[in-house]
Amino acid sequence: MERLIAQLPEFFTWSNMALLADAALMTLSMTLIGCFIGFGLALVLVFLRTTPGLWALPLRVACIAYVEVFRRIPFLVVIYLVLFFIQTVSTDVSLFAIAVIAICTYAIAYTADIIRGGIESVPHTQIEAAQAMNFSRLRTLFTVQLPQAWPIILPPAIAFSVSFIKDTALVSQIGVFELTFRGKELNNQGFSGILVFGTIAMSYFLMSFPLSMLGQYLEKRLATPRGQRRLRKIRQT
Amino acid sequence: MPHLAVSDVFAKYGKLEVLHGISFDVERGEVVSLVGPSGSGKSTVLRTLVGLTPVTGGHVDVDGTSIDYHSARAIKAARDRMAIVFQQFNLFQNMTVLRNVTLAPTKIKGRPKAEVEAEAIELLSLVGLADKRDAYPDELSGGQQQRVAIARALALKPEILLLDEVTSALDPELVNEVLDTVRRLAGEGMTMLLVSHEMSFVREVSNKVIFMDKGRVVESGPPGQIFDAPTSDRARDFFGKILRG
Repeated sequence: MERLIAQLPEFFTWSNMALLADAALMTLSMTLIGCFIGFGLALVLVFLRTTPGLWALPLRVACIAYVEVFRRIPFLVVIYLVLFFIQTVSTDVSLFAIAVIAICTYAIAYTADIIRGGIESVPHTQIEAAQAMNFSRLRTLFTVQLPQAWPIILPPAIAFSVSFIKDTALVSQIGVFELTFRGKELNNQGFSGILVFGTIAMSYFLMSFPLSMLGQYLEKRLATPRGQRRLRKIRQT
Repeated sequence: MPHLAVSDVFAKYGKLEVLHGISFDVERGEVVSLVGPSGSGKSTVLRTLVGLTPVTGGHVDVDGTSIDYHSARAIKAARDRMAIVFQQFNLFQNMTVLRNVTLAPTKIKGRPKAEVEAEAIELLSLVGLADKRDAYPDELSGGQQQRVAIARALALKPEILLLDEVTSALDPELVNEVLDTVRRLAGEGMTMLLVSHEMSFVREVSNKVIFMDKGRVVESGPPGQIFDAPTSDRARDFFGKILRG
């Protein structure tokens, strides 16, 4: 404990804090980029998964298989799979890019099911009305199904992304300079583990807490049609 | 040549065959009503016409041209000529009344927005809801929603309007406001094919009534004949039960 206190001024230096802030930014940006792109690709996957017709059967099977497989693999294994797969194709892909791709790969599988659940909650009669007016499947998805499904989709999708901020600690395993990796470095330099990882823990909390608050705010707002309209008006102004 | 000719049409819901060879004609400007016990396939007839339930046999001609329900393009063309109004209205919940009415004409048919909006407001006035243009469906009563749904269908400028039990989901006191709208359309010469349980209304507006049972047309003719002097036992039995109440 005395050692810990003695280290305080040495640890909380400008350069150490800049290092950690940089690492926190790295963690946050790779999670957000990964989850954002993952969400977009999950939408594509959900759309392809509902392609009608016999010819699209292999496509539908592939979409279902992707979700079922990747939901059952530990994230750490996904990271290694992506790392080694990409390294066989090209050697000059940055570790950050690899981490983002791994996050994406994983986020697609999880958010695809969230999106599908939301879309399926929209009554089929809404789709029939659109069909009867010659809406294409894509237009029906974007103008009728998704706008009604957001209240169902967004809260769990945001919750997933926020909780993923902490799960990205695993990419420190492949040497991305994110928060946990820097923590290990500082710990190796001789700083007290409690001090270092206590600070790291606080950083993770400070990143996720406001985002989950935002998620809860949206959830409350989206819960009622009146709240949704209010949000829509805010967006328009 | 009839405007719409349905000949020996078969249709299936999954494996269950619900229409076993339906035939009838609708002339231009006519109001034709499908009546009969529930499960007789009346709504299915309307759904097959707009390609929501697959046709498994027979054929449908509009102005003498056959519609091939196995071709997506032909189904689209059919939907350009026939618009359907559903029992449960099926207005898009995420859009205002005005956008519900203007969406398909502007986005699907590619017509200029200003022109479509002006028309939409006219249609909303016709159904008595011009002041509700910025409301959302969940802010309206069932009767109001159904009138918007009718305006939405009319905005597509269909040659034939299909009305599927448009008053069945409404509270009794709201039925008349919707029936008045349909009555007015009939007066304007709109060709309509309707499924309804409102027998006195059917008798009043229809040029022809088709009595269906178990996926077949049992008999058809002018309303007076079908209601007052049905020739089949099945129709006599049905009307005997519901008209005497």
